[in-house]
Amino acid sequence: MAQTTTFTAAAPPDDAPVRKPRSQLVVQGAIWGFVVLELIFFSVAGRFLSNSDTAFLDLDNMLLLLKQSAPIGIIALGMTIVMINGNIDLSVGATFALSAIVLLDSMTWPFMQALGDWAIPLAWIFALATGTALGFVNGLVVWKTGVDAFIVTLGSMLGYRGLVFMYNGEQPTSHLNWTLVDFAEAQFLGLHTATWFLLGTALVLWLVMTRTVHGRNAYAIGNNREAAVNAGIRVGPHFLLNFMLIGFLAALSAVVFYSESGSVNPNDGMLYELWAITAVVLGGTKLAGGYGSIISTLGGVVAIQLLRKGLGYIGADTETVNLVIGLILIAVLFLDRQLNRKGSEELKT
Amino acid sequence: MTDATPVLRLEGIVKTFPGVRALDGVDLELRPGEVHALMGENGAGKSTLMKVLGGILQPNEGRILIDEAPVVMTSPLEAKGKGVVFIHQELSLADELSVAENIFLGELPRKRFGRVDWTRLYATTDAILKTLNVRFDARTRVGDLSIANQQMVEIARALTVSPRAVIFDEPTASLTDAEKVVLFDVIEDLKAKGVGIIYISHRMEEIFRITDRISVLRDGQYRGTLRTAETTEDEVTQLMIGRSLDLSRSPVRHALGKVALEVRGLSCGHLYRDVSFSVREGEVLGFYGLVGAGRTEIAETLFGLRTPSAGSIRVNGDEVRIGSPVDAIRHGIGLVPEDRKGQGLVLGMNCRDNMTLPQVDDLSTGPFVSDGAEVAIFDQYRDRLDIRTPGWRQIVGNLSGGNQQKIVIGKWLSMRPQVLIVDEPTRGIDVGSKSEIHNLIRDLAAQGYAVIVISSEMPEVLHVSDRIAAMYSGRIMRTFAAEEVTEDSLIQAISGLEPEKVA
Repeated sequence: MAQTTTFTAAAPPDDAPVRKPRSQLVVQGAIWGFVVLELIFFSVAGRFLSNSDTAFLDLDNMLLLLKQSAPIGIIALGMTIVMINGNIDLSVGATFALSAIVLLDSMTWPFMQALGDWAIPLAWIFALATGTALGFVNGLVVWKTGVDAFIVTLGSMLGYRGLVFMYNGEQPTSHLNWTLVDFAEAQFLGLHTATWFLLGTALVLWLVMTRTVHGRNAYAIGNNREAAVNAGIRVGPHFLLNFMLIGFLAALSAVVFYSESGSVNPNDGMLYELWAITAVVLGGTKLAGGYGSIISTLGGVVAIQLLRKGLGYIGADTETVNLVIGLILIAVLFLDRQLNRKGSEELKT
Repeated sequence: MTDATPVLRLEGIVKTFPGVRALDGVDLELRPGEVHALMGENGAGKSTLMKVLGGILQPNEGRILIDEAPVVMTSPLEAKGKGVVFIHQELSLADELSVAENIFLGELPRKRFGRVDWTRLYATTDAILKTLNVRFDARTRVGDLSIANQQMVEIARALTVSPRAVIFDEPTASLTDAEKVVLFDVIEDLKAKGVGIIYISHRMEEIFRITDRISVLRDGQYRGTLRTAETTEDEVTQLMIGRSLDLSRSPVRHALGKVALEVRGLSCGHLYRDVSFSVREGEVLGFYGLVGAGRTEIAETLFGLRTPSAGSIRVNGDEVRIGSPVDAIRHGIGLVPEDRKGQGLVLGMNCRDNMTLPQVDDLSTGPFVSDGAEVAIFDQYRDRLDIRTPGWRQIVGNLSGGNQQKIVIGKWLSMRPQVLIVDEPTRGIDVGSKSEIHNLIRDLAAQGYAVIVISSEMPEVLHVSDRIAAMYSGRIMRTFAAEEVTEDSLIQAISGLEPEKVA
């Protein structure tokens, strides 16, 4: 041990776990701390302000909350990877709507109807393939043209939404399949189907980001793209894969949601991209890329859903809810910045 | 000069950060018309001291005196107002604006209703530029200027106030030799006007060429001031690192193996033309030349970052096509790039992940990374290269330049490359670590690696190379063997004074 102390007195011995950089630690813990804070606040405030008979922390209420966070949550998890790459995908809302239309409409096709309930998995595959294909287009354009992902997906957001309207005009696309509804409404170990999809996606992506080569490369590319290229990482194909992944997840989100609801309006999924980004940013992922975590995004998703539900519970209307969420987003990021300042060393700019 | 009242005096400056005493009672005295070198290894406290002087940091103890009157600096703007101006290593100019706008940024002369007084702006700027003897005018777009000229713009900015003290922080880091001469002339002029100059640099030859006195910091402490005319490089180095340093030419000869890399007639547009050379196992081939002579571009081509327009590359006798870094790595070529932080390292990642980045795929089992195998590799190369870090989890951005460079070198060594290319191996690295890196390069050759070293520092090239290719304007002018090369012949070759080619 004497050896390890020779170079600098301040350095901890070799085998001691090195402190994580403060930013990560604060950010990762903070969002879950914030979730706990919300729970306490709403259950206390609910006692005085709510007209409802059930407590806010009622189990069914919480299970429902998780279920309701699934559609945006699944998209936000994918957005985390894309944002860790230093990219962004604004087209997920439109991808979500188009996949939903394919899901419901395909089940009305004559050959599909002939299949009976076997049409369900096939319709799912069609929807998921649609989302993946739309993501593939985004990724391919980003890779081959080198245009910024923000611009590319801004364009495809408009374009894909156009496709949604071309499909059925202003009319909603509807199809109810009761087997499907039963599946979507089922609860296993208390959790709804949608919740299982959310948690499953989170688990898989968490493994991808923390345990696989792909995840390692994602952080490296987002942190320093040039160094990643110099280490022999193929950045273009990597981007393509991630855009396909988020397209797939937008479609998965649609599959989970519309299996139950059975009807898509052409405006569905609008602003989903922004809600997803909000959740990701609340979770501490940096817009510039290189940092972020799946678990924190999950925290961000739950935090937003808690706010929406909690404010509703104590009698606030939708407009107020959005205002509050907006303010909290800015406040949280400001706080994060203050906490992570490197003391007085930081340059005054 | 000697007895004049100092323009600037620092007395017993102490600055502490949590757990660190970054400055421990530093004194410094700057006389009018003097060029005063401030030296010390990275981490010795030079930057902190300058931040205190520039008002970016507040000292815990000690005083700053200008013309013997105590002052308190609370911001860079205030420091400038008091006549203390900085020429930073990293330029902070707005590329899209004109020279004049950059110089008077934030204080443009105005007419009524807040309109800019362009006539006066350009006239004043041109007057300042004239004193600097530069060949561009106030209307030039800054982005169109060379780095050296952009630095002149920074200097011109400093001259808008009548400065008492000008601090140059590594001003020659990205200048060619000819550009340096221009800079030194400007410094002479300032000196003649009675301005005090603090000159921060790692480069001994410059220090001895232009400074009058040298003050040395070590571990945040003031170690003394020497008169340049009465001291030697050795004495300064000893003061800086507490021991003496051997920079003599000592390539130990060892047996060379087969030709590892052979390049024939390689060209890349106008960047370089018809370049041929070869490196054998166990040999260090040095590339020396001015910035822009095409050295880095050759390295980038060998690493697949540029596509050559003609010529062939052979690795171990087989002709290869290198279209991307992926190909280069597959053929066993590793590049330690010039810009360590920008191109070589993922600063936000830990030491281990950086070191294993190119081979993380080979080390994985299925899609999953193999933590154990990676840690084993890291440990092995940490010991072999003597990388000083508390552990593999340390974020690379927190390491010193020397240790960062060793991580990049370790990254390629652990892949057992055929050819290792090292571009500017010791740029921005302090004196102590410099010789470590030099020894490391010699060791690698002794172990049978073929190494290409690109450097702008002649002592470095002379010290580590077995052969030296001198480049001028995109061509290899001559290749010297270490025994036959002299500083004069090398300088002639890289200045294009020796037209005949001996390959």
